[in-house]
Amino acid sequence: MVLIATRKGAWLYHGDTARKNWRADGPHFLGHIVNHLVLDPRDGRTLLAAAKTGHLGPTIFRSTDFGRSWKEAARPPAFAKDPNGETGRVVDHTFWLTPGHASEANAWYAGTSPQGLFRSEDGGVTWEPISGFNENLQLRKWMGTVQDGTPDGPKLHSIIVDPRDPIHLYIAMSGGGVHESVDRGRTWKPIAAGLEVVEGLDSTNLAFHDPHCVRLCPSNPDRLYQQNHCGIYRIDRPSDKWERIGRTMPRRVGDIGFPMVVHPRDADTAWVFPMDGSTVWPRTCPGGTPAAYVTRNGGKTWQRAASGLPERHAWWTVKRQAMAADGSDPVGLYFGTTSGELWSSRDEGRKWTRIAEHLPEIYAVEVGKPG
Amino acid sequence: MNVLIPAPLRSYTGRRQVEAIGSSLAAVLVDLDRQYPGIRFRMINEQGRMRPHVRFFVNGVQTLDLSQPLCSADEVLIVQALSGG
Repeated sequence: MVLIATRKGAWLYHGDTARKNWRADGPHFLGHIVNHLVLDPRDGRTLLAAAKTGHLGPTIFRSTDFGRSWKEAARPPAFAKDPNGETGRVVDHTFWLTPGHASEANAWYAGTSPQGLFRSEDGGVTWEPISGFNENLQLRKWMGTVQDGTPDGPKLHSIIVDPRDPIHLYIAMSGGGVHESVDRGRTWKPIAAGLEVVEGLDSTNLAFHDPHCVRLCPSNPDRLYQQNHCGIYRIDRPSDKWERIGRTMPRRVGDIGFPMVVHPRDADTAWVFPMDGSTVWPRTCPGGTPAAYVTRNGGKTWQRAASGLPERHAWWTVKRQAMAADGSDPVGLYFGTTSGELWSSRDEGRKWTRIAEHLPEIYAVEVGKPG
Repeated sequence: MNVLIPAPLRSYTGRRQVEAIGSSLAAVLVDLDRQYPGIRFRMINEQGRMRPHVRFFVNGVQTLDLSQPLCSADEVLIVQALSGG
């Protein structure tokens, strides 16, 4: 099942076992802004959708019948009430959803805009702020203000739970950098060494760090890849230093982009979807020629993976959450564009075909295996 | 008292008109949330402030004051403007 979150609602695409034929199920929440739609891999049944509508406050919708019915969260992610009243932060929208560790049924994490981290222990019905993160004064300094964020506001994203240990977490922030916790969010430490920032800014100030997407390799949880505002990186723990592996990308393409996807079984293989980060940062495909790029050796070299994609005049943007992989063999890849097209590859990017078009602006693409 | 629910929030209540109790607008919204968990947060943020473009009318008169006293004979109308694009 491919789960599509868009600016105007959500869709579920059900594929046959060959991943050749796809049935569209939607729209769900037509007119709602859906930032992320995720199927719980632990039960293959619970769906959570992070949604907002016009000026209504944000909520999380929950379904346990594959979208036939939905219920709003009884207590969505919300910052703690500030004793000073007027100065407290307000969640504008939930941006990112991550299911908890396999051993913690019903646990979920949510990342918000402005940057906040929340946890649910009842499958998304109620959410509590993780005060060790949200009230951490140093982290708050690094978060900056809404002035410093993306056009839709600064975001907390890339929430990662180490599959070996439920208390080991990573997160990233569009302003504020990458951080690690080894006590389920009570305390945090930045993982920033080796990362570059925009020329002229101080790289020792985490407020200037802009990771776009961070992924942990399921087959080697000590390895993470990152698509950053300033390049593609890899880190192998216990090292605390990122290595920029994007410099071996073709110069005319560069290593700027939003999404990062890792192979479920091979930690040397990862995919990116470069975008134009020159001059005013169009964020469209370099030269109007969309292409994914794959490394199969940890970033030493990259190969273009674009067969089947338009060869020119396709000025696409693929957002950071809008590219995903399934767990099949060979791995299937999926990406959605802000112009409403959904593409897939059944052979790890060697050939692409379009699954859907004319959808609203696609914010996120995920893959789930119904139970 | 009667509370009239705007269309975008009827997924919580299932109907346009519901009953709620409270001696102030703030208390009525808390009672609504007791009956329909999560509904108040869509109108009032976590710092206790009205969200932009939600409007409350008491007996046809708009109020911006959540502490406005109410009695059981009053009728509250909630209106929600929906931005988009």
